[in-house]
Amino acid sequence: MLAFIARRLLIAIPTIVIISIFVFGLQQLLPGDPILVLAGEERDPDVIEALREKYRLNDPIPVQYLAWAGNALQGDLGISLRTQQPVLELIAEKLPVTVQLAVMALIIAMVIGIPAGVLSAYKKGTWIDWAANITALSGLSVPNFWLGIMLILLVSVKLGWLPASGYQPFFEDPLQSIRTMLMPAFVLGTALAATLMRHTRSAMLSVLQSDYVRTARAKGLRERTVLIKHALRNALVPVVTVMTLLFGELLAGAVLTEQIFTIPGFGKLVVDAVFNRDYAVVQGIVLCTGIAFIFMNILADVAYRVLNPRMGDL
Amino acid sequence: MRIGKTLCVAALLSLSTSLVQAQDFRIALQEDPDVLDPDQSRTFVGRIVYASLCDKLVDITPDLEIIPMLATGWSWNEDGTELTMTLRDDVVFHDGTPFNADAVAANLDRSKNLETSRRKSEVKSIESWDVVDDTTIKINLSAPDATLIAQFADRSGMMLSPTAFEAAGEDFGLAPVCAGPFKFVERVAQDRIALEKFADYYRADEINFDTVTFLPIPDTTVRLANLRAGDLNMLERLAATDVTSAEGDAGLQVEKATSLGYQGITNNVANGDNAQNPLGQSNLVRQALSAAIDRAALNQVVFEGAFAPGNQPFSPASPWYNADFPVPERDIEAAKALLAEAGYPDGVTIEIQVANNPVQTQVMQVVQAMAADAGINIEIVAKEFATLLADQSAGDYTASQIGWSGRVDPDGNIHQFLTTGGGINDSKFSHPDMDTFLNEARLSTDPAVRKESYSSAVALQQDQLPIIYLYHPVWIWALEDSVKGFTPYPDGMIRLHGVSVSE
Repeated sequence: MLAFIARRLLIAIPTIVIISIFVFGLQQLLPGDPILVLAGEERDPDVIEALREKYRLNDPIPVQYLAWAGNALQGDLGISLRTQQPVLELIAEKLPVTVQLAVMALIIAMVIGIPAGVLSAYKKGTWIDWAANITALSGLSVPNFWLGIMLILLVSVKLGWLPASGYQPFFEDPLQSIRTMLMPAFVLGTALAATLMRHTRSAMLSVLQSDYVRTARAKGLRERTVLIKHALRNALVPVVTVMTLLFGELLAGAVLTEQIFTIPGFGKLVVDAVFNRDYAVVQGIVLCTGIAFIFMNILADVAYRVLNPRMGDL
Repeated sequence: MRIGKTLCVAALLSLSTSLVQAQDFRIALQEDPDVLDPDQSRTFVGRIVYASLCDKLVDITPDLEIIPMLATGWSWNEDGTELTMTLRDDVVFHDGTPFNADAVAANLDRSKNLETSRRKSEVKSIESWDVVDDTTIKINLSAPDATLIAQFADRSGMMLSPTAFEAAGEDFGLAPVCAGPFKFVERVAQDRIALEKFADYYRADEINFDTVTFLPIPDTTVRLANLRAGDLNMLERLAATDVTSAEGDAGLQVEKATSLGYQGITNNVANGDNAQNPLGQSNLVRQALSAAIDRAALNQVVFEGAFAPGNQPFSPASPWYNADFPVPERDIEAAKALLAEAGYPDGVTIEIQVANNPVQTQVMQVVQAMAADAGINIEIVAKEFATLLADQSAGDYTASQIGWSGRVDPDGNIHQFLTTGGGINDSKFSHPDMDTFLNEARLSTDPAVRKESYSSAVALQQDQLPIIYLYHPVWIWALEDSVKGFTPYPDGMIRLHGVSVSE
């Protein structure tokens, strides 16, 4: 297993390099000039020139990239053009926020999605199946920003149960932190629950028709044991894949949800950075989310082997 | 025993009062400010934070009169090339550094000479300075500059601790140290900026909060929902479309002030090959477009009547507003006649770029519908702001819907846009008379002379229309009903002196 993980980590390195070159190149294709925005309303030509020098924007693009990559290797991702904060510091600030939101959203999605999927597969064709499917479809179709605003108006403004928006660091006040994060996690979680439910349902359906399930039933095992211990365990393999990918997506930031609930996470940071042409910040975040994705993929591969030891080493 | 009891009660009382007074004032901003260094920053929201953080040499009244702040008084020499300012002697910066003439000198030097200073154009006229004594500084100008005092009422006049900026250099904005009522505690990007009361502030008795927290909440609906849910004390830039609903809410109050800025259509008259189009080449076509627009209806449709229709660079909030040029009525027949006179009896088609946000796009759609009635077909090109700005500056546009945040001194709202070679003259409009009027206005410190020059300039602008002005935004604040003592200012700033929250 360790050798397998080590091999996968080694393969990840060229992937990360390619991601960073790609992002650096793509950003140069964006129209617009960051310095014109940065120079302020007056746009003094001397200031524009000084800023170009400062951020090395006069250098050829490959030189700019190499300078960036060299610094990045030493742990320096540059500074934000807009706020002059170090990018690494910005990322360190945002990462716990995004991770907390992602974890809470995924828990909500699992708690709703997996049982619903199992139930609807087990009760296939009945009204329960239909109800679960319709709920899942609505969960996918309702836009996050709409659901978010409706929840704020209902839960915060009308009922006063939860804070309307903002963020409280978890280690300062865990309860308040969970309270502020509950609505956004729910908004994200319900949408993901629908995806999970659909995947669980179809995986369960195929597993339930397999021979070993029939054998288990024939042995006289209790239905619950058949369902949970025998069927679900096998059905979970594709679901785990989906979950890790969803988690990776969550780590890349949930732009609209973060915007509505004013959560200072990756999504808001990267969108603002793109609009402000804050190259260093975009570059830093994409690098981080790229690494997160690769890591989640490795995690998924490991999880397969834990769930199903027959898969063995690759 | 009795003494012990009394002490106990006293201690408890002081504890409870300190609990009552431990008050945080929470303000929602529409955007996250940029770097918190007055010499390097450029955003409007940043200035809102500075109003609590960094005091200036002078301040303004709601009527735009300039009043003392850190400077107690000032006088000009005969020919307007020497400005002598006297300073308060009871001010210290947040780090304990004393505020004096040397500190002012160091600040002037930084605004002028820091490589990435965004204030350079504002203090361009300053040539040198002499520290006369601890509380007097004489500023020498290369030429008379009537606008300088007004610049000192904004970021150029904000005094930063020389000890702090000498140590931090360009990174000063990560932990700013000024001489305002609150000092910097921390900033979490896109989450909050926290300030706490500065105990040694020279006007500490006017400050009623222990801490102030600025929270960037970009979505206007969410900003209002937070205020209603009690998570905020006030917010800036309430959406015009929410005013009626907020005013109807018993728990809220709404305050307004017409801004000094404007929104308009900048026409490319001589900025490269793209100026070769009917709109760029003929002021009659521009007049036709202007005549086709019903500014009052535009304000009604897009802003529910909350903004101020406009047709000149000076806002009605400004003492320099020119009442001889009221906002004209829409006149379709005149517009058609002007088009015909310009040689386009069958109408013209022009392209106008606009920033791709819902409000500005809606403004242009209304203009588009109105202009169509006069035979002017507008093709709207929505661009993301950084692109729009780059294209406009490079002359890669026909006309551009863009605005200006406004300055206290009239010069800042017109000179650099309409003079030959002006820094932000993206029209590349050039007219010798305009140059004469606006330069004269800049050089004289006599308000009567300036007024005369600006009248002539506005008259010429109305004929030439390199910029077609549309409206002046109105700053709208929503506050909890319990907030007392807030005064709206046309510069859109939130001054917390005298503001309190009643229980």
